[in-house]
Amino acid sequence: MELAIFILFAGLALVSSIVVVTHKNPVYATLSLVLTLFSVAVLFVLLGAPFLAALQILIYAGAILVLFLFVLMLLNVGRQEGPSGHRVQLFTALLGGVAFAAMLVLLFWRQQGGPRPPAAPLSAQLVSLTALAQELFGRYLLQFEIVGLLLLVAVVGATVLARRPPPREPEAEP
Amino acid sequence: MSTELAATLIKLAVALGLLLNVVPIMVWVERRGSALMQDRPGPNRLGPFGLIQPLADALKFMFKEDVTPAAVDRPLYLMAPVLGLLPALTTFSVIPFGPDLTVRGHRIQLVVASAETGVLLFLALASLGVYSLVMAGYSSNNKYSLLGSVRASAQMISYELALTLAVVAVVIPVGSFELSKVVAYQRAHVWNLLPQILGFLIFLVASFAETNRLPFDLPEAESELVAGFHTEYSAMRFATFFMAEYISMTSLSALGVTLYAGGWSLPGVDLHGWTGAVLGLLILVGKIAVCLAVFVWVRWTFPRFRYDQLMRLGWKVLLPLAILNLIVVAAMTLAGWL
Repeated sequence: MELAIFILFAGLALVSSIVVVTHKNPVYATLSLVLTLFSVAVLFVLLGAPFLAALQILIYAGAILVLFLFVLMLLNVGRQEGPSGHRVQLFTALLGGVAFAAMLVLLFWRQQGGPRPPAAPLSAQLVSLTALAQELFGRYLLQFEIVGLLLLVAVVGATVLARRPPPREPEAEP
Repeated sequence: MSTELAATLIKLAVALGLLLNVVPIMVWVERRGSALMQDRPGPNRLGPFGLIQPLADALKFMFKEDVTPAAVDRPLYLMAPVLGLLPALTTFSVIPFGPDLTVRGHRIQLVVASAETGVLLFLALASLGVYSLVMAGYSSNNKYSLLGSVRASAQMISYELALTLAVVAVVIPVGSFELSKVVAYQRAHVWNLLPQILGFLIFLVASFAETNRLPFDLPEAESELVAGFHTEYSAMRFATFFMAEYISMTSLSALGVTLYAGGWSLPGVDLHGWTGAVLGLLILVGKIAVCLAVFVWVRWTFPRFRYDQLMRLGWKVLLPLAILNLIVVAAMTLAGWL
């Protein structure tokens, strides 16, 4: 049963994420991204992290992507004709993809039989809400606060950038 | 068949039966209620007090011609109504509707899905409801529909923040996202309505916006946008949007009474066993009915907000109030007053 659900949603995540980057219509691409995030959330549940799954849907699928759609509809972005992106963009994207894949392979290789012992599987105790909160607000409090500060700086920066300069006062006639 | 599987199926049947039967009843209540408030008879021809009218309405919806305009974006156009119904139906599954039962040695909780993250799951699924409106408006290829869905997306985001913050303030003193624990907490103390009256008012206002009901029905605003996001829909597809609206009102009311008004419990009444289960369900339904009546009452009493007023209320009034409420509740919990 669990395997069937995993195969279904892993496949869905793969297919929909390919649609995200290949579809010509930005609205369809965004909606497929919603599907991708939802499928990944289901995978989180299967891994025993329902909290993460709920937050993923609530914040990413339920809020951020709605804003994406809002902007797309407001600006009325049409279908993109012809091949997408520049050659440089394609090259850097390929480079990034290869680097990421290499990192994943390295990670798995080290876990399989490398110098480090294999990582412990997630236990129910580890992913329970209380344990998560205690880790986050106990051991990792400083890191948590720094991330909060970073987000605050980003919000202030975005506000400053989005704000139009006030209209200049007409200079007094001499 | 194991007892637990049978119990789950029965619980699903109870929840679905409740939600689907709400729609015809609410259509009647809305039409008769508006007639009462506007001093006119309303539908009174079919059956006593026009009670058979919803049946006739349903038949009409089924047999009308289902028009799909030529210029629509077909896949999204056909998917949108169904996607509206799904979150409305699934969110109810985390609402507890009675005390625990013991059947043949099995302890059975009267909630379809008893999840540790119950409240969050409700909010997460409910937040997906906006995609139905956005897809309907975008795919209709109609200026009014598109304007409706642009409004819907901005409105939902703005009010979801206040709604979520109000809900979090309830969760803090309870110490759990599980709704049955929220009910247990209120049975041990007092209804959250009293200590968290500010949070309740924020929740109430935001839930009108989340369900697109007047005074916040900007996405369909019939005086400016024809019918907003569902202008191009007809027959049963149009009726599906209607059903989704009433069912999400019911689910959100269920969440509201569970968080603030004790859910299936009544103070001073000890409910247990089978009679307790039946009474608990009836009490919950009664409380939901009161909330739905308020929805109808407000709809026919207040005029629609202007769009800038809506945004100002959401961001400059409700959100700061919700944050203030959160801080006060957290401080009171820390001091041990709650």
